[in-house]
Amino acid sequence: MWFIEGFQDLHERNEFSWRIFYYYAVLVSIRFCYRESSVEVYIDVKNLSFSRGGRAIYDDVTLQIPKGKITAVMGPSGVGKTTLLRLIGGQVMPNSGTVTVDGVNIAQASRKELFEARRRMGMLFQSGALFSDMSVFENVALPLQEYTDFDKTMIRDIVLMKLQSVGLRGAAHLMPSELSGGMARRAALARAIALDPDLVMYDEPFAGQDPISKGVLVELIQRLNRAANITSVLVSHDVEESLSIADHVCLLSGGKVILSGTPEEVRSSTDERVVQFLQGHADGPVAFHYPAPEYREQLLERN
Amino acid sequence: MGLVKNLFAGVYGFIESLGQSGIFLFQSLFRLPIRWGEAIRLYVRQVYSVGVLSLIIIIVSGAFIGMVLALQGYSILTSYGSESAVGQLLALTLLRELGPVVTGLLFAGRAGSALTAEIGLMKATEQLSSYEMMGIDPLRRVIAPRLLAGITCMPILALIFSAVGIWAGMMVSVNWLGVYEGSFWASMQQSVFFDTDIMNGIIKSFVFAIAVVWIAVYQGYVCQPTSEGIGRATTRTVVMGSLAILGLDFLLTAAMFGDF
Ligand SMILES: Nc1ncnc2c1ncn2[C@@H]1O[C@H](COP(=O)(O)OP(=O)(O)O)[C@@H](O)[C@H]1O
Ligand SMILES: [Mg+2]
Repeated sequence: MWFIEGFQDLHERNEFSWRIFYYYAVLVSIRFCYRESSVEVYIDVKNLSFSRGGRAIYDDVTLQIPKGKITAVMGPSGVGKTTLLRLIGGQVMPNSGTVTVDGVNIAQASRKELFEARRRMGMLFQSGALFSDMSVFENVALPLQEYTDFDKTMIRDIVLMKLQSVGLRGAAHLMPSELSGGMARRAALARAIALDPDLVMYDEPFAGQDPISKGVLVELIQRLNRAANITSVLVSHDVEESLSIADHVCLLSGGKVILSGTPEEVRSSTDERVVQFLQGHADGPVAFHYPAPEYREQLLERN
Repeated sequence: MGLVKNLFAGVYGFIESLGQSGIFLFQSLFRLPIRWGEAIRLYVRQVYSVGVLSLIIIIVSGAFIGMVLALQGYSILTSYGSESAVGQLLALTLLRELGPVVTGLLFAGRAGSALTAEIGLMKATEQLSSYEMMGIDPLRRVIAPRLLAGITCMPILALIFSAVGIWAGMMVSVNWLGVYEGSFWASMQQSVFFDTDIMNGIIKSFVFAIAVVWIAVYQGYVCQPTSEGIGRATTRTVVMGSLAILGLDFLLTAAMFGDF
C-alpha cells in the first residue's frame, strides 16, 4: 500500500516508528467501522439548481458518485465543473435541490457540521493553491496542526511520509514560488491527503501539465484510490487521461448531465453531444460561433 | 427621475456594503484563535510587514515635514519677534494634526494597498478557498492578524512620525536658523499637554488605523479575483482610505478642539 512504502524505508533504517503505526492502526480501524455502516453512494446530488449572476449553471441536475471509486466529471470549460466541487464542499449553496455527502445534507448542515464534513474531504484546486507564505513542509503540516494534537516529531514524520508518497520529500524546504507547475500540484495533493480524507476532489489536475507530470498524476490518483479506498472525484476535460483511470463518468453540458456511465459506455455512445466532446469537433450541437448577426449582413452594414 | 433612482441605488448600495463590511469586521475580530502560539506568530509576522516595513517612509516623511514646518513657522514668527515659539508650533501641529493624518495617508498608500493586493491575490489563487475547504476560517487565520497588526502599528508609527518631525524641526530652527535651544524646548514644554495633545493624537491615529485597515482587508476580501479586479480594489483602498481619514479628522478635531 502506498503508505507502507514509508514504513519499509523506516524499517530498513531501524527507525520503525510505533507512533506512526499507532496512528495508522487507529485510522484503519475507524475506516473499517465506517465502511460497514455507510452506503454505496458517497455523494448524492438531487434536483440541483444553481445560478450565478442571473445565469443558470445547473438546472435540475441529479447525479450520484459511488463510494471508493474514481468518478470523472467531464464537460467543456465554463460548464460549471469547479462550481460542482464547490457545491459539494459547501462553499456555495444550491438554489434548490440537495447535495448529500456521506449522509450529510451540506445545505442544512450547521457551521460545525460543515467543517467536520470538510475535514474528511481533500480538495486539489486547479491552481494548486499552496499557501504562498509557507514552505511546502508547513503547507502539508498545517491541517495536521490544526486538527490533531500530535506532537512535533509525529507531525514531521507524517508530513515526510505524505511528501514521500508524492515524490517531494526532498522539496520540503522549498517555497511554493520555487516549484514547477507539476511539483506544486503534487505538493498540494500531499496537503489534500494530509488528514487521510475519505473523499478527494481533483479540479483539472492535468490542465497545463507536461506528459510526464500527467503520467505521474494519473498514477498517484490511481494509487491513492486503490490503496486507501478513497472516493475520488476527478474534474477534467482531458478525455484520454480521465477515461483511462475513471470507473464512472458523468458528462455535463449546458447545465445538464448528458451521460452517466462507465468509460466504455461513453466511448461507444452515439449521442451527438458526447461524440463532439470526445472527438473535439469544432461544430456540432455545441456551436463554434458565439451567437451573432448574419456574417454577410454585418460586413455589408454601413452607417 | 433616473437621477433620483440612481441616487437611491447608490445610497442603498453604500449602506449594504457598510453593513456587510461591519459584519466582516466583527467576525474577524471576535473569532478567537484556537492555538494562541500560532496566532501570536502570525500577528508578529504581520507587524513586521505592515509596521516595520513602513518605518522608512514614515521616518523620511516625518523629517521633511518637520523641517518644512520649522522653516515656514520661523519665517512667520520672526516678524513678530517670537521665533522661539517655533517649538510650540512644531509640537502642536505634529502631535495634533499632521502626525496622525499624514501617517494615515502614507499608511493607506504603503501598507493598505499592499494588504488589499495580497489578500486579493490569495483569493485569485484560491488560497482563501483552500483554507475554507480545510475547515480553517480564513477570517481568523488571514484577516484577523492583519487587522490587529495594522490597528496596533499605526498609532506607534504616528508617534514616531511626530517625534522625528520635532527632532528634524529642531535641527533646522536651532542649528541652522539660530533659535535659542532653551527657549525652543521651553515653549514646547509649556504648551503641550499629555492628555489633550498627545492622547488626542493617539486616539485620532487609532481611529484612522481602524478605518484604513478595515477598508484595505475588506476590499481585498471582496474583490473580483482577476488582475483587473485586484487593481481596482487596490486603488479603491487608497482613495477611500484617504478620504475616510480626512473626513474623520474633521469630525474628531471638531469633537476634541471645537469647544472654545
Ligand atoms: N464568482 C462568480 N461570479 C459569477 N459567475 C461565476 C463565478 N464563478 C464562476 N462563474 C461562472 O460560472 C460558470 C461555471 O464556472 P466554473 O464552474 O468555474 O466552470 P468550469 O470549472 O467548468 O470551467 C462560468 O460560466 C463562470 O463564468
Ligand atoms: Mg474550473
